[in-house]
Amino acid sequence: MTAALHLAYWQTTTIKVVVIMGVVPTATIVVVYTFMFKMMAHMQSRLGPMEAGPHGLLQLIADAGKFLQKEDVFPERSDRAVFALAPIVVLVSTFLLYVVIPAGPRLILSNLDTGIFFALAVSSLSVLGVLMAGWASANKYSLIGALRAAGQLIAYELPLVLGVVGVVIQAGTMSLQGIVNAQAHGAIFGFKTLGEPFILPQFLGFLLFVVGAQAELTQTPFDMPLAESELVAGYVVEYTGFRFLFFYMAEFATAFAFAAIGATLFLGGWYVPGVHGTAADVLGPFVLGTKIMLVSFLIFWFRFTYPRFREDQLQAVAWKYLIPLTLVNIVVTGVLKVVV
Amino acid sequence: MAAVTEYQKAAYIAGQAADARVNIELEAEGMTLNIGPQHPATHGTLRIVVRLDGEQVIWAEPVCGYMHRGYEKLSEVRTYPQITTLVNRIDWLGSFANEVPFILAAEKLMGVEAPPRAQWIRTILFEMGRLGNITLFLGEMGVQLGALTPVFYAFRDREHVLNLIEAATGGRFHPNYDRIGGLKEDLPKGWGTEVKGAMTRVRGFCDEMEELLLGNEIFETRSRGIGVIPAAMAAEYGLSGANIRASGVDWDIRRDGDSPLAWKHCDWKVWTHPDGDSFARYWVRLQEVREATRIIDQLLDGLPSGPIQAKVPRIIKVPAGEAWVHTDNPLGEMGYYVVSKGGLGPFRTKIRTPSFSNISILPWLLKGVYVPDVITILSSLYFILGDIDR
Repeated sequence: MTAALHLAYWQTTTIKVVVIMGVVPTATIVVVYTFMFKMMAHMQSRLGPMEAGPHGLLQLIADAGKFLQKEDVFPERSDRAVFALAPIVVLVSTFLLYVVIPAGPRLILSNLDTGIFFALAVSSLSVLGVLMAGWASANKYSLIGALRAAGQLIAYELPLVLGVVGVVIQAGTMSLQGIVNAQAHGAIFGFKTLGEPFILPQFLGFLLFVVGAQAELTQTPFDMPLAESELVAGYVVEYTGFRFLFFYMAEFATAFAFAAIGATLFLGGWYVPGVHGTAADVLGPFVLGTKIMLVSFLIFWFRFTYPRFREDQLQAVAWKYLIPLTLVNIVVTGVLKVVV
Repeated sequence: MAAVTEYQKAAYIAGQAADARVNIELEAEGMTLNIGPQHPATHGTLRIVVRLDGEQVIWAEPVCGYMHRGYEKLSEVRTYPQITTLVNRIDWLGSFANEVPFILAAEKLMGVEAPPRAQWIRTILFEMGRLGNITLFLGEMGVQLGALTPVFYAFRDREHVLNLIEAATGGRFHPNYDRIGGLKEDLPKGWGTEVKGAMTRVRGFCDEMEELLLGNEIFETRSRGIGVIPAAMAAEYGLSGANIRASGVDWDIRRDGDSPLAWKHCDWKVWTHPDGDSFARYWVRLQEVREATRIIDQLLDGLPSGPIQAKVPRIIKVPAGEAWVHTDNPLGEMGYYVVSKGGLGPFRTKIRTPSFSNISILPWLLKGVYVPDVITILSSLYFILGDIDR
């Protein structure tokens, strides 16, 4: 903190909580409106919501209002406590993701030395919530969906983590802030002013990260756990009202967070050439936001285009292709790091 | 080979018995899962009871009748002109095609034949019904496999076909345009040009689907080799239409039958595919849509002039007798067996609908597949619920 601001511990903590409570719903609204409503609609030669607010801007608020009014239904034979807790577990893992993402040189909630490790670890916490939801719903479709989700998240956690290792080797740190700085101070063929976004040397790593993130987010083509045409809605089939809203928010806020991690790791995060110091703190969130939108665009573009894999094909893709590729990537990066 | 000794035989039997014991111990009860009656993949209220071992189906049984509307019985208390209204609602996506075989059966009993212009217009609308039906399938199969976008393209281009059906008949879904001995009225002016434009759009849609779905690797891995029906099996279960043609059987009633409709006057091809899997069924239907647009184009070019209604009495009484007329409808072979005792309405009507026979293969076909493949197979067999429960 600068000299002008001396805040007590409880004050900074309160500010951080308020910020994160604001960021998660905002992220959901931005992602859902831009991609789920408008981009999807235009790709499918539709208009999407147009009535609530200008160009349907307030549609999601209206939807949220609708969800909040709905009756909170528990299935008769469900495990009530677990059923009620599951969406919260999923949402908490989403909130934790935002803790380590830097939006400026000083705009970070907690600059952990093991930032990326922390982010990937808490993102897999959501599996617990998903399994809880699937089991407690006392519904066969939910159960199949949850088991598929668990199998899939475990399988794709590996390529995701291993895909990131290349970046970590190159940056020499696991702190997300450190990775951004490494990119800001890097050089492309000795040309220093532009920095070096890791997407250039780690292009394979970027592709693997996007595929892994797609699977972690259970987006098409990896949306077997939700597969609405066969499992109706997988593990969320019994949820209504605000509990469903929690799952919905978690899904898209996590997508936003993963896009943010992708932008931080591979596109230089908040860094834009020529902006340093306090100016970077002001501009940083906007720069990061733009980059996040680019990565989310990629994620959602895949989502609207592809059919989904079958569960066994999906596992085969992870174990037979993605993991060997990530290992190759790590070896090559490691060798080059030592040699160059 | 050396003769098998008694000792080897005994050891073999003992080994088999040991295996069987282990299998019984490992065998789980399995989970019974009701797919439907209200489930997005059954597009209606079909119920499929499957017993699962993990994700593998070990036993499956379709249960139909949730939407039974008793059309066969109802037709016994209706007059002939009233029945076209009923049968419109059997296959609700290509409804004009439902009217035609019934009207043809009634005409056959009465010994009337509609004038050529009426027959040609019937054929055009029949094929437009096919377009309205199968274009939706081409998009719908994408949705069942998780690709959301194609179905919206299908709705977009199908809309033009439906609008033109409406322009000619007055009804988008239920035209009720066919009359015994002819048609309700003549085509509106300039209709042909509009239809040709729509046909170009539909062909464009087919090209789009070929690139978007057929050329997609995931679509191929999901549909190739899934739900393979050998030709003999397809014939045994009474499959028809694109489902049997995808198994390599070159059979199309439009070409092989002796229908008075105008298919014989134009140049078109019946496509078959040797594989018999879900991919083949999609591919055959895609080609069928293309051929249908070609048929319509050719018929519009050579549309004869003349009356659209043959002379029939004002009150239609059909002489006693029995007639069977079948046509190759969008979903497959559809036929009416009409028994008349000389009254205002039929004494008994047997409606042979394609979907009912097509889903009869499900218990055999679903054995051993995974749950996601159940959906692929269901959507590739392509049934309309109104066509199963009539």
